[in-house]
Amino acid sequence: MKVLIPSALRSYTEQSETEASGATLAAVLADLDRRYAGIRFRMVDEQDRIRPHIRIFVDGKQVRDLSQPLRATDEVVIVQALSGG
Amino acid sequence: MAHNSRKPAERTQQPTARARRARRVLVMVATRKGAWLYHGDAARKTWRADGPHFLGHILNHLVLDPRDGRTLLAAAKTGHLGPTVFRSTDRGRTWKEAARPPAFAKTAEGKEGRAVDHTFWLTPGHADQPDVWYAGTSPQGLFRSEDGGVTWDPFSRINDDPQYRKWMGTVQDGTPDGPKLHSIIVDPRAAAHLYFGMSGGGVHESVDGGQSWAPILKGLEVVEGFDPAEATFHDPHCIRLCPSNPDRLYQQNHCGIYRLDRPSDHWVRVGKSMPKQIGDIGFPMVVHPRDADTVWVFPMDGTSVWPRTSPEGKPAVYATHNAGKTWRRLADGLPGKQAWWTVKRQAMTADASDPVGLYLGTTSGELWTSRDEGRRWTCIAQHLPEIYAVEAAELA
Repeated sequence: MKVLIPSALRSYTEQSETEASGATLAAVLADLDRRYAGIRFRMVDEQDRIRPHIRIFVDGKQVRDLSQPLRATDEVVIVQALSGG
Repeated sequence: MAHNSRKPAERTQQPTARARRARRVLVMVATRKGAWLYHGDAARKTWRADGPHFLGHILNHLVLDPRDGRTLLAAAKTGHLGPTVFRSTDRGRTWKEAARPPAFAKTAEGKEGRAVDHTFWLTPGHADQPDVWYAGTSPQGLFRSEDGGVTWDPFSRINDDPQYRKWMGTVQDGTPDGPKLHSIIVDPRAAAHLYFGMSGGGVHESVDGGQSWAPILKGLEVVEGFDPAEATFHDPHCIRLCPSNPDRLYQQNHCGIYRLDRPSDHWVRVGKSMPKQIGDIGFPMVVHPRDADTVWVFPMDGTSVWPRTSPEGKPAVYATHNAGKTWRRLADGLPGKQAWWTVKRQAMTADASDPVGLYLGTTSGELWTSRDEGRRWTCIAQHLPEIYAVEAAELA
C-alpha cells in the first residue's frame, strides 16, 4: 500500500511516498523498518506506543492502535505534529 | 571524559613540551537545534566552525572517543521524532544512525512501561574496553554498548529495580525537561568501578561492573524540609572525577558544591567558602586534568524562584586551587552587566593543554573560551541555539 512520509522522516526514505505491505498497521510499520532501518523507532516507542507528536491516518481517519487491520488498497499517511519554537 | 593517570603538576610548572601545546583542540558543541564542531589552531586563537550537523535536532551530548580520536557519538532527537544516537568514525564527516538506540525493555502486556524520551549523557568506557560506551537517559535509565555505539542494551539492574525506580521518582519529580541519569564515570584504574548521578535520585557507585550499586549521600544537603537520608531528594547536577587523582570527586549539586575523597563516603560542602552574595548553586563542574586541587564552577542565581541566570546578570567563573578552601572570581572578558544567561551542566569543560583551555556554552547560544585557565575569556561564537553541551578533545 501507499505510505506518505513526512519531511522529518525523509532522511530515511529519501522520498515523500513509498510502498509497504502488511495486514495491520504494526505489520506495515515493521515492513517500513525492514526497508528503512531505524524509521519505526522514531515513530513508535519501545512499549509499542505511537510517539506523542506522531499522527498516523489510514484513508483519512486517525489510527492510534497498531493492531488496526489494513487492506492493500488503504493509504497510510504519517504526519508530524510540530509544536513550539 | 579523558582518562589521564599522570601525576598532578605543580601549578607553577611551565609547559612540559612544545609538542604538547601544538596539539589542536576540537570543541564539540551540542545545542537545542543541532551540533557544531570548532577546530582550533595550534595556539587556540582562531577557530573554524564546522556545522550545523543535524540542523533542527535536539542534541544533548556530542562526545569524541578518546581511545581512537576519531569516533563521535551524538545523542539526538527532534521535537516530534523519537530519540536516537548517531555515530561517526571520521570525526563528523559522515554519520550513521545506531542500529539499536537506547531503549527500555518491553514490559508485559497490560503493564505501563517506560520509554526513553532522550539520551542525555554519553561516556566512553574504560581504555581497556575500546568498544564500550555508557549512556544515561531521561527518564532515568542506564545503558551500555559493547560495539562502539551501534547497538545498546539496558545495563545493570537499576532500570527495573524497585528500589531504584522509587528513588528515580516520576517525571513530575525531575527537572523541567525530564529527570536525567548523568555523570556516568569510569574509574581509569578499574573498568568495574563506576559512578553515576540522577537528577533526582542521588549519587551511586558500583565496584563490580554494575552488578550492584549503592548510593553515596553522606554530607550532601537537600532542600529544606526533606530527609537527606532518602536518595530521591538528592539532586546532583554534575559529578566529576579528577583524572590526576581518581580517589577525588567533585560535585555541583542543587544544594551546593562538594568534594569527596575516597575511601571516605562523606561529601564535604566546599562551596560554603564561596562568596555569600554569589552562593554555590550552579550546573557544571570542571576538573583540572593534572591538578586535583583545581576545579572551576559557574554559579547561577538559585534564590527565590530560582531564576537560574548569572547572579545579578554578571556571569563569572569561580576557581579554587586548594580543593575548595578558597575561591577566586574569573570574569575578565565576560560581560560586566546585563548578561542573564547561564551554563548548563554539560556545557562547560576543559582541554588537557598546558595551560589548560576552558570552554563554556551559554543558554543564549554563545561559546566562550579561555586559553589561560580562566583568567581571560573570549567569545568565539554567537547566535547559536541554546547550548546544551560542550566537550573538548585534543587531536593527535
